[in-house]
Amino acid sequence: MKILVCISSVPDTTTKISFVNDNKEFNSSGVQFIINPYDEFGLTKALKIKEQLGGTVTVIHVGPASNEPIIRKALAIGADSAVRIDGEAVDGLMVAHEIANYVKNNSFDLIFTGRESIDYNGGIVPHALSAILNIPAISPCVGLEISGNEAHLETFVDGGKEKLKTALPVIVGSQKGLVEESDLIIPNMRGIMLSRTKPLEVLAVQNNINNQKVAKYELPPDKKACKMIDAGNVEELVSLLQNEAKVI
Amino acid sequence: MSVVVYIEINDGIIKKGSLEAASFAAKLAQEKGSKAVAVVIGKGGDASVLGKYGIADALHYNLEETQINSLTVAQILQSEAQNLGATDAVFSGSWIAKAAAASLAVHAQMGIVTEVTELPKNGTILKKAFSNKAFVKVELQNSKNCYVISANSFGLHENPVNTNVQEKTSNASSGLSHVSYNKDTSKVSLTDAELVVSAGRGLKAPENWHLVEELAKVLGAGTACSKPVSDAGWRPHHEHVGQTGISISPNLYIAIGISGAIQHLAGVSSSKNIVAINSDPEAPFFKAADYGIVGDAFDVLPKLTEALRKAKG
Ligand SMILES: Cc1cc2nc3c(=O)[nH]c(=O)nc-3n(C[C@H](O)[C@H](O)[C@H](O)COP(=O)(O)OP(=O)(O)OC[C@H]3O[C@@H](n4cnc5c(N)ncnc54)[C@H](O)[C@@H]3O)c2cc1C
Ligand SMILES: Nc1ncnc2c1ncn2[C@@H]1O[C@H](COP(=O)(O)O)[C@@H](O)[C@H]1O
Repeated sequence: MKILVCISSVPDTTTKISFVNDNKEFNSSGVQFIINPYDEFGLTKALKIKEQLGGTVTVIHVGPASNEPIIRKALAIGADSAVRIDGEAVDGLMVAHEIANYVKNNSFDLIFTGRESIDYNGGIVPHALSAILNIPAISPCVGLEISGNEAHLETFVDGGKEKLKTALPVIVGSQKGLVEESDLIIPNMRGIMLSRTKPLEVLAVQNNINNQKVAKYELPPDKKACKMIDAGNVEELVSLLQNEAKVI
Repeated sequence: MSVVVYIEINDGIIKKGSLEAASFAAKLAQEKGSKAVAVVIGKGGDASVLGKYGIADALHYNLEETQINSLTVAQILQSEAQNLGATDAVFSGSWIAKAAAASLAVHAQMGIVTEVTELPKNGTILKKAFSNKAFVKVELQNSKNCYVISANSFGLHENPVNTNVQEKTSNASSGLSHVSYNKDTSKVSLTDAELVVSAGRGLKAPENWHLVEELAKVLGAGTACSKPVSDAGWRPHHEHVGQTGISISPNLYIAIGISGAIQHLAGVSSSKNIVAINSDPEAPFFKAADYGIVGDAFDVLPKLTEALRKAKG
């Protein structure tokens, strides 16, 4: 089983978001970058499948050299090798074209992405990859079993879940459910040492796609002070919701 | 030239997110002096209700639910976008709509912008970023674009017209085959819900959730929970809201016994009105809320439910 796992680099979830350069740039100073949490579920599932069925797990990241710590982390968690496409990830379509290009030259049976990245929340990459490569994508995917050349997958539909099946290869948009949080692997010393000797290939960007340019960032308006209501007077809350907020 | 909008219909009922997309498409078409056409995919019903939101033309594909997946929907939209010479395509933020948008953008070489909150203006458009923690204005680099709307941010805009509905058939097929469903349709869908009642670890144990459900029932609200609550299996995963769960922006979000961690707020802070009920006056949620009650949930909830029942007659 040849498995590819796409990982993106995002600000840690506790990051207080702020901007510099006349609000044209994200203020990354002091920000810790992590593997997009959804991608870790994919990476963990990939490693479990490798354990079961044998094969290799390659991680791929589109981004500058300064993002390499997240790639090393993925290797320390257990991926066999890594590829970095050396360029700024300007948007989901650009990322998808770069990854697709790599996949065309190195075929894979299974491709994991996250269901979305938590910085831009596009959720575009798995489906754009699917369209470019003509391989089905299921995202978000909350269950995956491989039997022979078939993948059995579970996704969300209105009011619940749907089980689907398809022949490999398939693209899987990962999230919790694919594996549980308790299955996520924290790299140990051995893994960290090993990760330094694992291959990390750096390739040049092939496409020149840029479908959006940041003009300006804005923070949401400050909340006005919270109106406190006495716990003994819930009727007042009801009346505020009816007459002031007009929501009920 | 036209603006195409993807509409999801199920048993004759159009999803609320789709109506919002229809409103967006109708306004966009009006501004551009072009025509909005709805591509309605799903079983049954009455696509003519789209007229209420300014859509005069609808194409209805009466597909069985089991035939509908991201690939078949993408195929239909792609061929209609081509037939109609679409310059713009509008999508709700549902998973299947996002998938269709991404696929159309690739095949028709259009740009794509997600989490959109407003109509494009002079070649720029506003969207959410960093899990609701910020907005970003982007300059569109492409003359043709797909817009994926952030739920409940644009709103429904009535502009009644008559809708001409044309029935269509499709032989769209995909390498994906349906196996089975596992559904509970008795509940209000969280992303579509106007009102949401949500609870956290402050509720102490799963057997106390009847207090939350009774409140939700009186309001006709959806129910949600914080991450540790779903992690512990007290509530199903699909109720987990926040940065790593579902992101929602209902008209009213009532948070009970939830501390208000930054990751939780990321998923709910764009709710139009927030009520926090917490026994700790220092709970961070009060900084993000419009209305607050410092009190014990076990005492406040039954009273609030009763007061609402009375008020609603
Ligand atoms: C990578 C990452 C991602 C995360 N993503 C999410 C996410 O998407 N969504 C999410 O929710 N969390 C997320 N979290 C977890 C988050 O940091 C918090 O731990 C979590 O939101 C806390 O849940 P809680 O408020 O239910 O519990 P607690 O923090 O334990 O708060 C319980 C609250 O209940 C109050 N309380 C106690 N008893 C009562 C009573 N009798 N009546 C009234 N109030 C009472 C307490 O004062 C307290 O404020 C994430 C964390 C990480 C690290
Ligand atoms: N720069 C990147 N490099 C590699 N994979 C990425 C990158 N950006 C996004 N992805 C993958 O695509 C998924 C969805 O991202 P997005 O479409 O940005 O929400 C992520 O969870 C990653 O798996």
